[in-house]
Amino acid sequence: MDLLEHEGKRLFATAGLPVLPSLLAATPEEARRAAEQLGPHVCVKAQAKTGGRGKAGGVRVCGSAAEVESAAADILAMSIRGHEVESLLVERAVDIARELYIGITVSREVRSPLLIFAREGGVDIEELAEREPDAILRRPIDPLLGLLEYQVRDVVDAAQFIPDQPGGTGVGKGLAQVCRSLWKLYHDRDATLVEVNPLVLTAAGELYCLDSKVTFDDNALFRHQDMVPEPPEDEREAKARAAGLAFVPLSGDIGVIGNGAGLVMSTIDQIEAAGGKAADFCDIGGGARSEVAQAALEAMFAGPPVAAVLVNIFGGITRCEDVARGLVEAIEAAHVDAPVVVRLDGNAADEGHAVLRAAALPNLTLAPDPDEAVRLVVDIARKRETGVGTAETALAGAAGVAAAAVEAAAAETASAGDADAAPAPGAGS
Amino acid sequence: MSILVDNASRVVVQGITGREGAFHTARMLAAGTNIVAGVTPGHGGRTIHGVPVYDSVHEAMATISADVAVIFVPAPRARDALFEAADAGAKLIVCITEGIPVRDMAEVMAHLPRRGCRLIGPNCPGLITPARCSAGIMPSEIFMPGAAGVVSRSGTLTYEVVHELTEAGIGQSTAVGMGGDAVHGIGFIECLELFETDRETEGVALIGEIGGDDEERAAAYIHDHMTKPVVAYVAGHSAPPGRRMGHAGAIIEGTSGTAATKKAALEAAGIPVAASPSELARLLGEAIKRRRST
Repeated sequence: MDLLEHEGKRLFATAGLPVLPSLLAATPEEARRAAEQLGPHVCVKAQAKTGGRGKAGGVRVCGSAAEVESAAADILAMSIRGHEVESLLVERAVDIARELYIGITVSREVRSPLLIFAREGGVDIEELAEREPDAILRRPIDPLLGLLEYQVRDVVDAAQFIPDQPGGTGVGKGLAQVCRSLWKLYHDRDATLVEVNPLVLTAAGELYCLDSKVTFDDNALFRHQDMVPEPPEDEREAKARAAGLAFVPLSGDIGVIGNGAGLVMSTIDQIEAAGGKAADFCDIGGGARSEVAQAALEAMFAGPPVAAVLVNIFGGITRCEDVARGLVEAIEAAHVDAPVVVRLDGNAADEGHAVLRAAALPNLTLAPDPDEAVRLVVDIARKRETGVGTAETALAGAAGVAAAAVEAAAAETASAGDADAAPAPGAGS
Repeated sequence: MSILVDNASRVVVQGITGREGAFHTARMLAAGTNIVAGVTPGHGGRTIHGVPVYDSVHEAMATISADVAVIFVPAPRARDALFEAADAGAKLIVCITEGIPVRDMAEVMAHLPRRGCRLIGPNCPGLITPARCSAGIMPSEIFMPGAAGVVSRSGTLTYEVVHELTEAGIGQSTAVGMGGDAVHGIGFIECLELFETDRETEGVALIGEIGGDDEERAAAYIHDHMTKPVVAYVAGHSAPPGRRMGHAGAIIEGTSGTAATKKAALEAAGIPVAASPSELARLLGEAIKRRRST
């Protein structure tokens, strides 16, 4: 769960981190009034859940209320990296003497939180990290011990505050407190990222967090009842989430449903390699029952029309028969006419095939294996796009071929199954 | 031989009285696993599928000895269950639970080395040595004993590959599902090390996915240390670039983490990378055949 800058700063303020006075504005008029209250020199900042706001022109320093009003109108009309600007933060501007970088995030490599600090912060921090890795201080934090004082000293030393700069070396005390407060916030709120870029030293010798990036761990929301994630914007995603499914909307026209994140990802890769484009990532998870399969199809059909759907299931714990029942119910209830290609293998696959055949749905095609399923669905989608023949005839042909192949595969599986039926030796006996 | 678990493994199941715990205990028993005890606080004295239930892992360990703990405890209490298993002396912990906060896992990972135990997972299907021991939720029906090692970050892709291997007559020594959480226990390199020294294993299938740099580091390890053939598959080539808040992720991970960088790193280390799970099974079969003929 990502916070907007102003939400993060409210949290910073309660954690004792230094932030500048600011007001939230939803219209140019509100922005102008905020500027009148905060003083003529303010910074108008787009509130959107993405980085790169400054580079996209979403942050403007203004010298008058009139200037603020026109800047606000411009920024509110923007979308930054695909994110609509939701609101504006109008913040008192300061004279910046130095920009620093400080952040804490989880490191997969050291399997613990990592404190990251650079004496040169700002928008080019990633380039600096690549060009001069030694300019970045990294300190793993033992989660059982917390941030240690020598690590705080390391950060202050790395900042290289000198006596004849604003605030002199006394700024070190302020930076040390920023480190401690940031760690406390990260730990207490179950964050996976807290980042201040830039942390500025003003000409008056004061430190301020000029930006905030905060991400909470969704898995830890059970111990933070005050944090309620916003419902997703995409209607399909909202429906799927309500049914307990993992769903990511994508931009293509082939709906994809599978069980297991790896399998769904792999299916989408193969669709794209075959020249198709997936409309979504939908994982019905392990042990899925018929209601879940039904909910997945329903969520998908709540979105923009798809050219075709691929359901790719390998039943481990999941019983293919249950999935098949859910699919039939969803297709019958929703009067879906988009072609649906289904591949079922593993646990109760034969029973699943029987359910699908008995339902005799005209728009449903059984595929004998995953590679063939991908080939079929891409082929069908392409024919529908280009209008080659009618969907019905294309589908009927495909269905015939695939159904025959499934029969053959089923016969093969049955004999292989018999060969494997020798009882396992009793372990440990 | 096999890695991590075999028919000498004595398993204790934590959370055995829960729906998932009880269901998978029956399946693990059917797969030949020697489950010696179950634990659910407050349920001591019961039996589940013939397995005696204790109130704590310490109590179970004092009565019977076990070396493997399999955890089905719900996420809010999983951290405590992990500490308990480690402190009670489990040598291998397999945590199936998904949705554990990353802070909890970081704390667990800081503690485990002090007890000298290994963790598989969390959020994983566990591991299986076919016909001898299943510690987790893998569908044992699709496995058969043999020479192929499998190590994977994805459950269902593991099943796909194993299914193809078994159909082709290639059995498996051990299959390990490591799980894909940001902070997790055993990684590719540890598993590869074990497969390299295991007499039964003749080749390894590595199944990776986007995120982190485990595959990149595994590639370097294989290049420098493995004599047995390794073949790989990486899922997520078409995944949209993750929405990144802030720069911290980019600073610590740099350019690694995409399916393309992983594939490139593996190929640069001389490891064949399959275009699909079925091709991976085929490549491993061929690699093992070649090794046998030389």
